[in-house]
Amino acid sequence: MRLDVRFPIGGMFTIIGAMLVIYGLVSPAAVYERSLGINVNLWWGLALLIFGVVMFAFAVRASRGWSAWRRAMQPQPPAQDRRPPTVS
Amino acid sequence: MLGIGWALRRVIRSSEDFFLSGRSIPAWIAGLAFISANLGAQEVIGMAASGAKYGIMTSHFYWVGAMPAMVFVGLFMMPFYYGSRARSVPEYLKLRFDEKTRALNAITFAIMTIFSSGISMYALAKLFELVLGWSFHGSIVLSAVIVLIYIFLGGLTSAIYNEVLQFFLIVLGFLPLVLLGLKDVGGWSGLTAKLATVATNAGFEPGAWTHSWKYMDSPSHNPMGMEWFGLVMGLGFALSFGYWCTDFLVVQRAMAAGSMTAARRTPLIAAVPKMLMPALVILPGMLAIGLHASRGGFLPIGADGQPNYNLAIPMMLGHYLPSGLLGLGLTALMASFMSGMAGNVTAFNSVWTYDIYQTHIRPGQTDAHYLRVGHAATVFGIVASVLAAYSATRFNNILDMLQLVFSFVNGPLFATFLLGMFWRRTTSHGAFYGLLTGTITAALHYGLTLPRGAVPGIKGGFLGAVLHVYPSEMALNFWTALFAWTGCFVATLLISLLTKRTKTDDELRGLVHSLTPRQRDGDMPWYKRPVTLAVGILAVSALLNVIFW
Repeated sequence: MRLDVRFPIGGMFTIIGAMLVIYGLVSPAAVYERSLGINVNLWWGLALLIFGVVMFAFAVRASRGWSAWRRAMQPQPPAQDRRPPTVS
Repeated sequence: MLGIGWALRRVIRSSEDFFLSGRSIPAWIAGLAFISANLGAQEVIGMAASGAKYGIMTSHFYWVGAMPAMVFVGLFMMPFYYGSRARSVPEYLKLRFDEKTRALNAITFAIMTIFSSGISMYALAKLFELVLGWSFHGSIVLSAVIVLIYIFLGGLTSAIYNEVLQFFLIVLGFLPLVLLGLKDVGGWSGLTAKLATVATNAGFEPGAWTHSWKYMDSPSHNPMGMEWFGLVMGLGFALSFGYWCTDFLVVQRAMAAGSMTAARRTPLIAAVPKMLMPALVILPGMLAIGLHASRGGFLPIGADGQPNYNLAIPMMLGHYLPSGLLGLGLTALMASFMSGMAGNVTAFNSVWTYDIYQTHIRPGQTDAHYLRVGHAATVFGIVASVLAAYSATRFNNILDMLQLVFSFVNGPLFATFLLGMFWRRTTSHGAFYGLLTGTITAALHYGLTLPRGAVPGIKGGFLGAVLHVYPSEMALNFWTALFAWTGCFVATLLISLLTKRTKTDDELRGLVHSLTPRQRDGDMPWYKRPVTLAVGILAVSALLNVIFW
């Protein structure tokens, strides 16, 4: 199964975004002196989270539903019975 | 944060490289793959360093250099690459000319990959030095070991896939840096005021760092030391066309597209985000030099008494980003350096083993033999990269060094390709001796000139006499490229007229313009045609040049 590149992009930025948001919520304000007093972890994390989720949603839509996503997550079959990509 | 980045990359790498096999990828992904093959950490560090050293004039690499060249690749060169099915530059040269032209190109290409990998190694070591607090020597060893492990673990199984991810990591990791920096200095007008101090301190008009064309009437009026003719011909024509038209790491990405039309459209689609890159890579450098002037000593001073411009990005990261986002920025840089180095060493390995060793030194050995040679070549490539990394310490701007290498390799090669593709009378002897003449011309020019303030040696002038002193390293590179291109062009032309063709028209079908069927775009709606896209890109580039005039 060949994977739409938007799955890993979406997954990666969803995780990174979520981590930054959480860190942004718990970190003390002193951390943000160097970033001009703005809690950039929270706000940029939120932006990355939205980006990740949108990418993921597009990838799911492009693969016409969840079945392709589930197949994509399974271990790869041997080379000889690879099907052509389902993404158009 | 670093660990998670690494773990994610491991997971991602195990997925199939679908680009080259699955010929039905959306056009925008092919376009992104095309520029992400070019936008590595090397470019980020180098362009920021140039932004600090030369100001907004660095944008010429984009709006004068890359844009027209990418349009040219898409409209005119892609039909031959896509049609010929060549998978590398040496392979095309073999099909179009002969074995010896291929060998010559393979040798210069191998040298280029070593320098390119060495420059990345230098920058990565500098980053380790800064982050871990190690000595530079220790950091170099660490980088070399990491690349070695990375390659032997099979780090390049899906290069293109990684590149697209790294592209997003770099763009999204660096954007907050630019936004914070701009806010801190008070927007573009605040930056202009700061850079006016930088310019007057260096003895130029106040706007020399923030106007891309205004001070190009004479080399003495701008920090790059170029006048408009040398810039347009040297950078815009010889270097940029040479790079974008003959760099197969980049061109291959477009060939993954599903059809000839899609392949031609790929560089054009890629040009759209590429056009906006200066905001992300040049602006941080300009911000860094502005802060350097107003706060005193933001950038560390190197052995030559100049600020080390290469550290513009790392210093900016440390200055503005809090823990958390800082990890993201550093991960993006390191991942990109490692894959950049691994890519170059692997390319060196395959060119040496297949294009040189197997073809010319010891043909007809077993596969196991060539595999051992390949492993040895990888180790040799890394050791040579270490040497190149030490030579990079002499440059306060890695882009100066990178363009120097390109001026030797891509400058003359572009003349060979231009004549080979558009003039069927070009002979194999013409191509070989032309390419040789071009490379020797570059060496002569480099050996007989010097940038201002440099001592003869790695920066030029090693042939004893110094005939001309250029105001900057970059000016020397542009003229080296232009001399090399001209030398190759004239020699190829003359020798081709004096020698007989060895390839028949039939053998050259699909390799030469007049022997290749014309592309028909007539059945497409007008807004989808490559020509429409090309005109739009050139118009917007022209507009950007006017805005920052």
